[in-house]
Amino acid sequence: MDYSAEKLNEEKVFKDPVHRYIHVQDQVIWDLVGTKEFQRLRRIKQLGTTFLTFHGAEHSRFNHSLGVYEIVRRIVDTVFVGRPEWNQEDRLLSLCAALLHDLGHGPYSHSFEKVFELDHEYFTKAIILGKTEVNRVLSRISPDFPKKVAEVIDKTYENKLVVSLISSQIDADRMDYLQRDAYYTGVSYGHFDMERILRVMRPREDQVVFKHSGMHAVEDYIMSRYQMYWQVYFHPVTRSAEVILTKILHRAKHLHEQGYAFKHMPLHFYSFFKEDVKLEDYLKLDEGIVLYYFQMWQEEDDEVLRDLCLRFINRNLFKYVEFDPAKEYKKLARLSQLFEEAGIDPEYYLVVDSSSDLPYDFYRPGEEEERLPIHLLMKSGELRELSRESDIVDSISGKRRTDHKLYYPADLIGKNEEIRKLLE
Amino acid sequence: MLKDHAKIIHAIALSGEVIGRKKLQKMIYIAKKMNFPFQERFQFHFYGPYSEELTLRVEELCNMGFLNEVKEKKGGYYQYRYTLTEDGKEFLGVNNVDMPQLGDCLKDINTQNARFLELVSTILYFDNLPTDEVKEKVQTVKKSQKFTDDEFANAYQYIEMLKNRTSQC
Repeated sequence: MDYSAEKLNEEKVFKDPVHRYIHVQDQVIWDLVGTKEFQRLRRIKQLGTTFLTFHGAEHSRFNHSLGVYEIVRRIVDTVFVGRPEWNQEDRLLSLCAALLHDLGHGPYSHSFEKVFELDHEYFTKAIILGKTEVNRVLSRISPDFPKKVAEVIDKTYENKLVVSLISSQIDADRMDYLQRDAYYTGVSYGHFDMERILRVMRPREDQVVFKHSGMHAVEDYIMSRYQMYWQVYFHPVTRSAEVILTKILHRAKHLHEQGYAFKHMPLHFYSFFKEDVKLEDYLKLDEGIVLYYFQMWQEEDDEVLRDLCLRFINRNLFKYVEFDPAKEYKKLARLSQLFEEAGIDPEYYLVVDSSSDLPYDFYRPGEEEERLPIHLLMKSGELRELSRESDIVDSISGKRRTDHKLYYPADLIGKNEEIRKLLE
Repeated sequence: MLKDHAKIIHAIALSGEVIGRKKLQKMIYIAKKMNFPFQERFQFHFYGPYSEELTLRVEELCNMGFLNEVKEKKGGYYQYRYTLTEDGKEFLGVNNVDMPQLGDCLKDINTQNARFLELVSTILYFDNLPTDEVKEKVQTVKKSQKFTDDEFANAYQYIEMLKNRTSQC
């Protein structure tokens, strides 16, 4: 029997707190879930350092990936099926891309990518196209199937309708993570009527559109996203933990380059320090390994590395103040000088961190914002861009909010009056 | 500490004036592919590689008063011109950037038109593919642009020229 059409003898289900059940009928999907590269996602938290702020946020990229798959499955199997604009041959491709879209994420991706100049999307492609269990499963469908899956995730696949299911301003990825992150953090934001949104989705040649009657559900989704970014994703305490984590990695890399003799050799990090990371090295690293090293480095002779690891492991985070780079960059330079005079290395202990989000944007001809707008399908059959119909969305369209904070270790500053004054 | 901001201001200072947001995106992307250490992450979008982080950074630098943005009506759409302000110069004085050869590279890219830069940056985006597949891929994702064989040849020649120039530094 054709592997792509092969069904399990009995449907399998994963119990899920967000979608209740995640249904698997396809042998291919079941086999992909069982691969070691997909199982690795269990050991990578979806929200990185957020658990240090919201203690419930321990959920993994494994949960989220299954959730995105389930949303796409509901769309293609119940909403799109039988519609002329939808090609049923794209079903399995959409499901595989949804399931695997985050496959290349590593532990604490944001910090790792910044310090070691990595890109999780590169590794997603490398896993799908390389000598891996995932590739073996996908290749059984057809030799070019892994390439197609990688292209959908990379947004370079020619059928933009399939791409938009997992990558657009309202896609399965966002719909899952908003609800899942809200559930696990315990916040009351992030909720919207997904069932309603799914019911009003309609496939078009190169995008998904929404029946006008579902506009309020879409509005609710946009507002949920806006609130989640500022209440959860950009929480300053979470950012403080991430600042410290990033600085640990910087310090370890710096020490390695200086020939420092680690008491506990960072074997798993060598290829990262050299910025020559092979896929097999990348796959070996998960949060368990990273935290093991941080635990061990609390006993290193290097004062900075030891201190930063103690802070991260024991949640003794940096304090923060609001910072305006335009008006205060000279103050920052002065602070940097004062830190040095006080024997506190500003490279590691005085950090500006910025958060920014654009909740929704529409396309303006000739400009390069490059965001696919959300289109409403009117009764007449005409498509209207969402912010032209919705006053709520119009009020936040194209409005970017940015926030800068200056992080520092309050306990190390002690009684240094000038530093304290400048930071107040 | 504000190094990434300073790098973008420096790039615009070296270029003199950059006309068009799309052009600015492509200039920084191509420079990044030539190993200049810009930190902004790029993903594939309609016009080729695009960085939302860069859009944000530029918007922020305009709000800070370090870059001057002039919006001009151009037929059915708007065009943006970017130059450095006096405050921007002062900021660069406090936050030095050292990227030798960047000026030569950016000045040259700045003289090219947006369509050509779209092709060059898209080819560079797919540089992990075998050469014979790159052209096919670019033609698939940029179907509407209908790039000719001559344009491809010129783009490859241009990439080689930039690589040679930057490898000498």
